[in-house]
Amino acid sequence: MKADIILSGVGGQGILSIAAVIGEAALKEGLYMKQAEVHGMSQRGGDVQSNLRLSDQPIASDLIPQGHADLIISLEPMEALRYLPYLKKDGWLVTNSQPFINIPNYPEMEKVNGELDKLPHKVVLDVEAIAKEVGSVRAANIVMLGAAAPFIGIEYDKIADGIRRIFGRKGEEIVEMNLKALKAGYDVAQSMQ
Amino acid sequence: MEKHLFLGDEAIAQAAIDAGLSGVYAYPGTPSTEITEYIQGSAVAKERGIHCRWSANEKTAMEAALGMSYAGKRALCCMKHVGLNVAADCFMNAAMSGINGGMIIITADDPSMHSSQNEQDNRMFGNFAMIPMLEPSSQQEAYDMVYEGFELSEKLGYPVLVRITTRMAHSRAGVVTRAQKPENEMHTPEDGRQRFILLPALARKRFKTLIAAQDTFVASSEASSYNKYFDAPNKELGIITTGIAFNYLSENYPDGFEHPVLKISQYPLPRKMVEKIMSECKEILVLEEGYPVVEEQLKGFLGIGVTVHGRLDGTLQRDGELTPDAVGKALGKEIAGYYATPEVVEQRPPALCQGCGHRDVYEALNEVLAEYKGAKVFGDIGCYTLGALPPFRAIDTCIDMGASVTMAKGASDAGVFPAVSVIGDSTFTHSGMTGLLDCVNENTNITIVISDNETTAMTGGQDSAGTGRLESICAGIGVDPAHIRVMIPLKKNYEEMKTIIREEIEYKGVSVLIPRRECIQTLTRKKKASKK
Repeated sequence: MKADIILSGVGGQGILSIAAVIGEAALKEGLYMKQAEVHGMSQRGGDVQSNLRLSDQPIASDLIPQGHADLIISLEPMEALRYLPYLKKDGWLVTNSQPFINIPNYPEMEKVNGELDKLPHKVVLDVEAIAKEVGSVRAANIVMLGAAAPFIGIEYDKIADGIRRIFGRKGEEIVEMNLKALKAGYDVAQSMQ
Repeated sequence: MEKHLFLGDEAIAQAAIDAGLSGVYAYPGTPSTEITEYIQGSAVAKERGIHCRWSANEKTAMEAALGMSYAGKRALCCMKHVGLNVAADCFMNAAMSGINGGMIIITADDPSMHSSQNEQDNRMFGNFAMIPMLEPSSQQEAYDMVYEGFELSEKLGYPVLVRITTRMAHSRAGVVTRAQKPENEMHTPEDGRQRFILLPALARKRFKTLIAAQDTFVASSEASSYNKYFDAPNKELGIITTGIAFNYLSENYPDGFEHPVLKISQYPLPRKMVEKIMSECKEILVLEEGYPVVEEQLKGFLGIGVTVHGRLDGTLQRDGELTPDAVGKALGKEIAGYYATPEVVEQRPPALCQGCGHRDVYEALNEVLAEYKGAKVFGDIGCYTLGALPPFRAIDTCIDMGASVTMAKGASDAGVFPAVSVIGDSTFTHSGMTGLLDCVNENTNITIVISDNETTAMTGGQDSAGTGRLESICAGIGVDPAHIRVMIPLKKNYEEMKTIIREEIEYKGVSVLIPRRECIQTLTRKKKASKK
């Protein structure tokens, strides 16, 4: 098995937490993993990105070559488009629909959505709305993880276990909230297929 | 079976702890910061009382590390690449004295300047100081190198430079850790006075010793398990990799290397292995993350002899970090990109947080300076450097740590008025104080703004060395207390701030303005922590 995943979004949206859960699940499965990220801009509203590679074989490069990513997971629609050169031809894009507008020249959503529409394999959903619906407003990023779960190559239950281990020390309430968010994202994405 | 998922930085930190570290000395700097933070957060480190408080700057850090080494204990010193510039005086001369307890210096370089003013390659510093260097190609190697590195340093009698880059420091992978070693007993060197007093008569002897030691360093590289020769049939080309470039090469040859490969991760260069690949292969390709250091060594000035390809002949881009695609292209492979980035995608640069005190400072400063035709604002390194970007466009320069004060001084000496410096609290104690002393000694006409958010913010909110003492430091240096003006940068104080700024610009002498308001990020984190 191999999964090359690009995670993207804006600083503060919780991208690295998604990577941490996937990483935790992968480690438990005995998979090899490399995850490269760029620090520092996360507090200041700049774009953030992580290269996450999973495999049952040793992994060479920390960075994913262009056209090799199986999946782009994005918490922001324009950020999803930024990394398209890394997506393989029949790769999947799973992205939040809501823009994070903190620059004066943010493009019109019509144009952004137009570009997303061109892609053959995508899931676009409003993770904040879904999170709110299930009472997990602060877990919008985990909603995204749930929606992307079928494309990661690790069983849903193993990802849920990863959530339990990562958030365990924050208490049962927090764990439950995140598990609800995970399921909600998963269900919405499944209903779209 | 992989034991831990560690960032390269974390692997180094854990290795040092496991190897019997007694102290880490460092100043925050991306991408090295997490090494010290990991040690600060380690229960074992706390139990053992491993020194891990931040130093005022990289020079004080390295000197303290050398002092701990002098006392026989194992010391680690960490910095980003430009940090070694600050510590260079100690670095170059620690190579003259040699060490006692093992001393490892970590330089975390930043090719592509993700968060730095340049992409200097500190392997050149290693060559300059003539000391052994290690450059890991994986997080596991980084762990092993530091774990064994203190013993290597003690065996050879010199500091060891470990060089990593952003893509190693900030990338996570599985690492197997090893058994804990005890710390050294305190013991000062018996031949201390012969080695550690660099009076010319003694230093000349030390330099001869350093020169003689080069052969020992080369022998260590040749015997090192980190340097490896991979044979392969097609000898039209031989490929030499350093550090993580090995991974990008491996990525492009998933079914095994087609050409012979020499993987270098310990310097000085293993002479015999280099001779082997250069004599067996028709042409050589050098893949390095950073400057063409090895490429230049092998190519020679005139490029006579074996043809060496790399960054100098256009096979690879001269600047910027390597990627698996760049290496693939250099090998003549097709790059697989299918989709292009749509034109609608815009740059999203970082900006000062909403509610940040620096914003209020720049707004007031900009308005006042609009009244003066020749105003120049000399900036410095920190979150407030973002004041260069819209909407503020408030600073004219940003060169190196502390240069805001001293460049403003030089410009003022040349007649620039008003000459304004904007510097952060951490940067001020790092290297602004000595510049201030120069200004006071000459009664320079300068207005220095120490924008005090009571933290080292850009690197993640580490402790700032002078918090609570900036006024007394400035007064102690000799600034007239009547011209040390503290204010709280908030909208409601706007008019008052402008009045003070104007008054101090008009004052023909040294003025220090201290707008003070705690960084909202650290404030938020503190509040969260106290709620628990």
